[in-house]
Amino acid sequence: MDFTLSPEHEMIRKTVRDFAEREIRPVIKELDRQHTFDRSLLPKMAAIGLLGICIPVRYGGAGMDYLSLALACEELERVDTSARVIMSVHVGLNSLALFQWGTEAQKQRYLVPQARGEQIAAFGLTEPGAGSDVAALTATARREGDHYVLNGEKMWISLAGVADNFLFFAKTDPRAQPPHRGISAFIVERRFPGVTTGSIHGKLGVRAGDTGWIHCQDVRVPAENLLGREGEGFKIAMSALDNGRYTVAAGAVGLIRACLEASLYYARQRQTFGVEIGRHQLIKRMIGLMVQREQAARLLVYRAGWMKNQGLRNTRETSLAKWYACDAAFESASDALQIHGAYGYSDEYDVERYLRNARGAIIYEGTREVHLLMQADYALGYRSDAPLRCELPAYDADIWQAEANNW
Amino acid sequence: MHAIVCLKQVPDTAELPKVEPADVMQGTLKVTRVVNPWDEYAIEEALRLKEAHGGKVTALTLGPAEATEALRAAVAMGSDEAVLLSDPAFGDGDAWTIGYTLAQAIRQIGQYDLVLCGKETVDGNSGLTAATTARYLSIPLLTCVIKIREVDFTAHTITVERLVEEGLEVVSAPLPAVVAVIKGINEPRYPSFRGIRTAARMAIPVWGMGDIAGLEADKASEAAAAVRWTNIRKPPARAAQCEIIEADTVEEQARILADRLLAAKVI
Ligand SMILES: Cc1cc2nc3c(=O)[nH]c(=O)nc-3n(C[C@H](O)[C@H](O)[C@H](O)COP(=O)(O)OP(=O)(O)OC[C@H]3O[C@@H](n4cnc5c(N)ncnc54)[C@H](O)[C@@H]3O)c2cc1C
Repeated sequence: MDFTLSPEHEMIRKTVRDFAEREIRPVIKELDRQHTFDRSLLPKMAAIGLLGICIPVRYGGAGMDYLSLALACEELERVDTSARVIMSVHVGLNSLALFQWGTEAQKQRYLVPQARGEQIAAFGLTEPGAGSDVAALTATARREGDHYVLNGEKMWISLAGVADNFLFFAKTDPRAQPPHRGISAFIVERRFPGVTTGSIHGKLGVRAGDTGWIHCQDVRVPAENLLGREGEGFKIAMSALDNGRYTVAAGAVGLIRACLEASLYYARQRQTFGVEIGRHQLIKRMIGLMVQREQAARLLVYRAGWMKNQGLRNTRETSLAKWYACDAAFESASDALQIHGAYGYSDEYDVERYLRNARGAIIYEGTREVHLLMQADYALGYRSDAPLRCELPAYDADIWQAEANNW
Repeated sequence: MHAIVCLKQVPDTAELPKVEPADVMQGTLKVTRVVNPWDEYAIEEALRLKEAHGGKVTALTLGPAEATEALRAAVAMGSDEAVLLSDPAFGDGDAWTIGYTLAQAIRQIGQYDLVLCGKETVDGNSGLTAATTARYLSIPLLTCVIKIREVDFTAHTITVERLVEEGLEVVSAPLPAVVAVIKGINEPRYPSFRGIRTAARMAIPVWGMGDIAGLEADKASEAAAAVRWTNIRKPPARAAQCEIIEADTVEEQARILADRLLAAKVI
């Protein structure tokens, strides 16, 4: 067993940390206050390779491993959740799904520009009437010659107002039994006639992020934009979530780190009853718990990343990491706010933003309840993972980093 | 075009409060080490010259084995080659021994058009190494450079803008020359992930005393240094007061600030 990060990983961590400190930290408070998504961040993220970090060079990516994706998410969310969300949907939920399930033509057409950051991608699964119960989704896709005609509405979609391409889940067979077998996945471009999007306002957190809805009204999608096979949509969505949840969990580790850093600083500055508040046992308890949560969450995330690198199925481990890390992040943010007293309750300090941002992750990419039930079902033997027709490829540095013409 | 960038690994200034004088004396700093911020401008400027004129960039540093990390950072940004000068005998040199050693190493690296470096380091703050290196190379020295106006690699000339107290000074010099740059000359790029990959795998040569042709040990070693650090202290903490001027408009804030500065006879 080896817990050391490679020099490459250390350099990635430092680069993303510097990037977040220089590009996000100075503006985030105001963006969050104004509920504004900063589009100018995307080309900057693309320039250093973040938007295709763990995609092979041959497909326009930077050719790093899955652990690098976690490190990047951790460092981004250490500063703000909105930047990590970009990685979760663009890389985790969309691009990695194309990489795992796409045909060579789909990869050339969509994955390459996405990995280079020339096009931005989002993931449309949730509907106004279907969240945890994915099989209850009602969007439809009707085959007409060499096209599918899509109808339906997606809700709570991150980057809905920004993305060029969407993974859109719809039922090709609304009468299928069990219902999830009727779901298929489509690559939908924003410019297809009949696609409209809008933003959702009034969110508790991730206010510097873009969250919205996508509406498809008789949208004609070429048949070659079907990802995987008809009826494979549910499996594709779940495998995409294995990657999305991984990025959310990694980000949560960064958020805990941010809470800890803020708390350590404040606990040594603020004095009550003649001593630094860090000297009070009840403050120590909150600090100690934050340390415990940060380390435990990170180990769970790194194990999931290691499994991805090895090409091992990690639905169970990723779910556990996501569940634990997101709950731990919320608890840590709440404790960090408590340590800051009234100042923590004001947006002069960052911890109230951490608290609001941490709350969402207990809902999206599988609610806390969904993950708890999954873990219990695995333990009880009520649930197991059958092999997929297309597994996420194991990481291979030589293949990932080979230039296009060497293949 | 071949630009050689001299850079130094220094403590991250954000962690300066953690630095203890005893650790400095013993050379056992427990802080994060980074590329000297001014040297990052030098790397960026070299990379821009390469992008405009073709050629290559070589990063050069003198320091302990860990200083390879600083060279890797330069490679991750886009430098093509890197050389570490490291030998216990170099020890804690001063600007003369270091300038001498860098100059000899630069000669050994071979043909070059330009040596770029930062104005000074954030740890030593002498700002002398550029000068001593230029002196030992017997080439012109251009300091406080805020802009490279023109470089002609066929006519071997360079024209720069120097930011001096009196204003901007435009100076031309023949190449090769040592150019020490200041903040404001550019905005250093982030390392790219591709650069990081190259950097992580690069085998960076390490040259000790015996590996540099013509290097005279009695000029390069710590013993030759004319400067000794005998007593390092932290300056006493200054009791400063910070006041934030609040007003409805920026103009109003500026007016209050100006009044306050006039009253304090600062302006
Ligand atoms: C900021 C944000 C960004 C999002 N981004 C995206 C995105 O990019 N793409 C996307 O497709 N979706 C996205 N979502 C949607 C998110 O994935 C869903 O909100 C989530 O899956 C939960 O669905 P729901 O909100 O419909 O809640 P519901 O499924 O209606 O659940 C309501 C409550 O019931 C509980 N519950 C449900 N079923 C059970 C059960 N069987 N047993 C016990 N308890 C149960 C839930 O845990 C929850 O507490 C986003 C949401 C947010 C808040």
